[in-house]
Amino acid sequence: MHRVVAAAIGLASIAAAAVVAAEPPAGAAACSGCHPSSPRVTSPVVRLAGRDRAEIIKAMQDFRSGARAGTVMDRIAKGFTDAEIQAIAAWYASQK
Amino acid sequence: MKATRRQFLELSAAAAAAVLGPRLARAQTSGPRVVVVGGGFAGASCARALRQADPKIAVTLVEPNATFTACPFSNSVIVGMRELSAQQFTYERVAADGITILRTSATAVDAPARSVTLADGAKLAYDRLVLAPGIDIRWGALAGYDEAASAQLPHAWRAGDQTLLLRRQLEAMDDGGLVVIAAPANPFRCPPGPYERASLIAHFLKTKKPKSKLLVLDAKDTFSKQRLFQAAWAELYPGLLEWVPLSKGGNVTSVDAATRTLVTDFGKHQAKVANVIPPQKAGRIAEVAGVTDRSGWCPIDPVTFESKLQAGIHVIGDAAIAGAMPKSAFAANSQAKVCAAAVAALVAGGTPSSPKLINTCYSLVAPDYGISVAGVYQPTSGQLADVPGAGGVSPSDAPRETRKAEAVLAEAWFRTITGEAFG
Repeated sequence: MHRVVAAAIGLASIAAAAVVAAEPPAGAAACSGCHPSSPRVTSPVVRLAGRDRAEIIKAMQDFRSGARAGTVMDRIAKGFTDAEIQAIAAWYASQK
Repeated sequence: MKATRRQFLELSAAAAAAVLGPRLARAQTSGPRVVVVGGGFAGASCARALRQADPKIAVTLVEPNATFTACPFSNSVIVGMRELSAQQFTYERVAADGITILRTSATAVDAPARSVTLADGAKLAYDRLVLAPGIDIRWGALAGYDEAASAQLPHAWRAGDQTLLLRRQLEAMDDGGLVVIAAPANPFRCPPGPYERASLIAHFLKTKKPKSKLLVLDAKDTFSKQRLFQAAWAELYPGLLEWVPLSKGGNVTSVDAATRTLVTDFGKHQAKVANVIPPQKAGRIAEVAGVTDRSGWCPIDPVTFESKLQAGIHVIGDAAIAGAMPKSAFAANSQAKVCAAAVAALVAGGTPSSPKLINTCYSLVAPDYGISVAGVYQPTSGQLADVPGAGGVSPSDAPRETRKAEAVLAEAWFRTITGEAFG
């Protein structure tokens, strides 16, 4: 399982891959309060499952720095460290 | 034929089952038992997250109602912007996840014996219990406000018949009437709720009964998203909506239901329609289970949401004392998923990892004018505390397009959170 995930995330370090487990990393479960996980929900808010890992990391970093304007994500991204963002992005990228 | 070690173990188990009877055999084949009491945003989300975390866990959800009626957006129902049916959800999809749903109430909990008693007297054994009972009204805590009084002066703080009663009263009121909202002291369910309600009732009066007036009598001097609400009120509802804080005599000390009179230290207000949002406490089963403290709410461990008062019982949602997290549907869902992961780890003999939680609450100040507050939380010194530097409210100088966008996002959030919990 770890091998498959590590392959899927490509350049992820061994340390980052070790974080990717069945259980979502800290903070990841809360995203689906707005970002739908159910295919039955229609929302203008983007889905995160299966999204490109680097894309999620860049979005979070840009919201956090203010480079990208957000409605609530600018305020939420400031609560996450680089390591947490990497783990969350890797976990969502590995989801179907 | 030489038996392998595995075959030997299987034979031993079969022999043991034959000797000890079907009870033991069943115990060996079934997984850990988790009982969730309360099928609101917290309970339904937790039951589903438990099944997702580990399908071996046998999850039972105890909930007396066949239909859940959601509080977020019920203020829109009060003013006729939305129908109550849009707030209602069944448990069919939850059951389809493999969750056993018992349509009954829990009446007692024996924490040392790890068993819940149901309304018919049956006992349900558990390895871990999750209580998600929401709120109960503290009847009588405000002099004159008992259950009978709520038929005249609706609280509408648990969505359903009370929501529709307040709506009918507003619709029936003649133009020029005085509407009064009494807002409680902290803590209570949905901190920005009274002010969203005031905003939407003001919008209703402005468009339908413009000679009327709305008075908000508050037991506090400050409230959630206050500057944003007050700026919007000054812009949209000048002269119509008046907020009276605690320090200016806003604290309602008693009510008289028959005459719709609200009494403060500074005077009396006779209303045509009065909405009394009364003091609250954790839902009754929490008290019965011995997980409430003197405040009436439930102290919990911020990593696992396990009660600080009773081992093996977890409390999530509005009933919990969750530090800096507000009593909101978003927070309940966020807590439910963290609690489920912790419970799944504990029943498997593991150690729960330290969580990070989020809250986002949208409020409508008008149908096309939304504002929000967000927060990120983590366990700090035994409490759920704000992550420094994160969170906050919508910008005070945002253009109207941003307010419109937040009104749209508020609706999208409702679809998502109800889809997560029930859809």
